[in-house]
Amino acid sequence: MTSVGFNKQSANLLVWLLLLAMPFWLPAIGGYVELGERVVVLGLAAMAVNFLLGYTGVLSFGHAAYFGLGAYGAGMTIRYLVPSTGLGILVGTLVGTLAGAIIGPLIIRLRGVYFAMVTIAFGQVFYFIAFRWNSVTGGDDGLNGWTRMPLNFGITTVDILHDTRAFYYLILAVFAVSVGVMAWLLRSPFGRTLIAIRENERRARFLGIPVDQHIWMSWVISCCFAAAAGALYALLNNFVDPRALYWTQSGDFVIMAVLGGMRSFWGPLIGAAVFVLLQDYLSSQTQNWMSFVGLFFVLVVLFFPRGILGAVRRKVTS
Amino acid sequence: MSLLRVESVSKHFGSLIAVNDVSMTVEHGELRAIIGPNGAGKTTFFNLITGFLTPTYGHITFDGQDITHLLPARRVQLGMARTFQVTEVFPELSVRENLRIPVEVASGLRLRAWLSKADDSRIRDRVSELLDMGGLADKAERQVGELSHGDQRATEIMMALALKPRMLLLDEPTAGMGDQETYEITQLIRRLHKNAKLTIVLIEHDMRVVFHLADRIMVLDQGKFLAEGTPPEIAANKTVQTAYLGQAA
Repeated sequence: MTSVGFNKQSANLLVWLLLLAMPFWLPAIGGYVELGERVVVLGLAAMAVNFLLGYTGVLSFGHAAYFGLGAYGAGMTIRYLVPSTGLGILVGTLVGTLAGAIIGPLIIRLRGVYFAMVTIAFGQVFYFIAFRWNSVTGGDDGLNGWTRMPLNFGITTVDILHDTRAFYYLILAVFAVSVGVMAWLLRSPFGRTLIAIRENERRARFLGIPVDQHIWMSWVISCCFAAAAGALYALLNNFVDPRALYWTQSGDFVIMAVLGGMRSFWGPLIGAAVFVLLQDYLSSQTQNWMSFVGLFFVLVVLFFPRGILGAVRRKVTS
Repeated sequence: MSLLRVESVSKHFGSLIAVNDVSMTVEHGELRAIIGPNGAGKTTFFNLITGFLTPTYGHITFDGQDITHLLPARRVQLGMARTFQVTEVFPELSVRENLRIPVEVASGLRLRAWLSKADDSRIRDRVSELLDMGGLADKAERQVGELSHGDQRATEIMMALALKPRMLLLDEPTAGMGDQETYEITQLIRRLHKNAKLTIVLIEHDMRVVFHLADRIMVLDQGKFLAEGTPPEIAANKTVQTAYLGQAA
């Protein structure tokens, strides 16, 4: 019991140390900081998807909608309203969360494949709006003509546009808060009701848990952090285009979560890292990089149904 | 006033009438068994009481309140807890976690993101108490999915009990168990009834269990009410004998 607790704590410590030191060790082994930024941003989105998938037992295939709304919310705030990075992140996150909260009641009574299909459908609605509404969103060309703005702390300003390390730490700060909140919730009585629903919905219902209400809350929390990741994604690229809302993007998040291990808290981050690295390496070798990612995914699902981290964990305990 | 009053309920599935005009009254502190041959409509009747199904006709009142159309979660809040014919637990969680969840729900903490030290220790104490009562203390950290059938069933009963119900409904608590396990579960139910003064309604196939435990027995046959009485009365009842023997012959 105590040794398990110790292992968990040291694993957490290891993850945070690696993340904190990323801008120093990643270039040393041949990577570049922006690669680390992509891993953390997409990892946050995958962890948000997994809050719903791995800890509530509900599969969303439409989280790109809230990710994309976060991205457009941030980009449009800076482009049209106030040139402030902080405000962009805040507005983007709020827009995505609000959309999730409103769409939630329409879909939470569905289960399984039906839920997944309807989440895709809602996602596509936002995609087509972004695609068609040229004058505001820039349509297929994307939203450009803006960049992330320096952070103004009153006494000093940090230029996150040119100082990639500084920008990495901004991303990591948002990531840390988001992941911290999710971890905190999962260890609370509320979080345990979500795990109860994942384990056995009928039992949960007959313990007096209003299952639909709790799934809605889990969904909104998940949308909120997906939107935060989307806002960071827009800042990372200084650009947003409708593909951030497209259903294949939702599929990528699910792949990352399953690849890394959806029953492990850090699994989706590992999945995102593997996904981004494969993408980075393979796309420079071949145009068909996605087929290789797909093949790798199939192999992992066939031989390690609990994902990469699940397989590692089994090795350690046995 | 009776705790549970079921008035002329029927349940139709298309042209099939699974429960046909059945009434039942259960008093405070009573242990009532519902028996009947296969297909008698026992589980359907049970599901009407617990809200898993709604009746086509008839009314159900619990402690004076009409609950005919209430959702299951609301009935639980009123003090009804049930177990299922096929054990329903949280298989990948430990016994302790399985019990902790209903304890927290029953304490009104299901939406809480934070627990005070006092709340936390109160919940831990209550969970330990339930573990002891169910004879599960030495298996508290094991995953429920790995336990024997009898221990899983005991966990399920203690989960229902964690809700501090005023009425416990057990659907075939000893189904699929060996003699030893059947004996242990029977003893557990007996303790809950005698010591905790809990009102219990149970469906059971094993007649030894029924005649050992029940205050009163109701017999259903082909969806209809057949007889009701104390165990000796039911044992002596000619109609009941024919229903069971008729099936065997």
